[in-house]
Amino acid sequence: MTFQSWISEPVNWVYLAIGGAVLVSGFRVVTTQNVVRAALYLVATLGGTAGLFLMLSAEFVAWTLVLVYIGAVIVLFLFGTMITRAPMVRDTGLDNPKARPMAAVLSLILFVVLSYTMLTAFGSTEIAQVGEGTDTRILGEALLGRFVLPFEIVGFILLAALVGGITIARRDLTPLEEEERGSV
Amino acid sequence: MIVTQFLVIAAALFSLGVYGLLVRRNAVMVLLAVELMLNAVNINLIAFEAVIRSSQAVGQVFSIFVITVAAAEVGIGLAIILMIFRNRQSANVDDFNLMKF
Repeated sequence: MTFQSWISEPVNWVYLAIGGAVLVSGFRVVTTQNVVRAALYLVATLGGTAGLFLMLSAEFVAWTLVLVYIGAVIVLFLFGTMITRAPMVRDTGLDNPKARPMAAVLSLILFVVLSYTMLTAFGSTEIAQVGEGTDTRILGEALLGRFVLPFEIVGFILLAALVGGITIARRDLTPLEEEERGSV
Repeated sequence: MIVTQFLVIAAALFSLGVYGLLVRRNAVMVLLAVELMLNAVNINLIAFEAVIRSSQAVGQVFSIFVITVAAAEVGIGLAIILMIFRNRQSANVDDFNLMKF
């Protein structure tokens, strides 16, 4: 498939716009020197990813991503940055400058190897039914039919993580405070 | 639309995540980088599902599992960071040498 015929499909323009936004904001997540900005760039990355999911006809997963990540996880991250008293302004101590060249080379090698493998393995395999959504009923039947055991286990993991998170993060009372509680 | 364009963007996001994981000092930022990597995996799963179109949408089911486990991971991870911050007054991963010789 030539580039000419690829770019002539309007859906690929949408892909280029969303993909470019995802890559730029993903790059800013790991390079910006401001904690809050990094979290907000992650919102942009995840929003773009949800857009890609919509292009790949996975509506339910796209909106799950928006709800779970942009709705909940980012709020958790912002809480985390506030509680650990990370400076809200530019902070040059956020990176380890000594690790930068090595990390850049390593991730570049990883990217080249991964994309070379993908290109040789899949080449120009077409996505046949563009824009045809997935019936959410199919997902629900799969989740509560064939995958009911993993589904329940994942639910249990979530519950255990919730309880564990509360237990770990809870501040234990000092003996003096406990005494005060007991006497009231 | 070919499948490789989505796989390449996922590879790029994954590499960015690896870069952030290695470079960042703040523990919360390390978790953000891990989120990027998990997200790249999700893109791969959804892209393959769009190609093979299995009858039970297996790729999408798996990506829902990944999203759930990622949410659990963030909750536990931030709780641990919070606890270490209370004990050491720092969220810098270079300071977390409690279990080191």
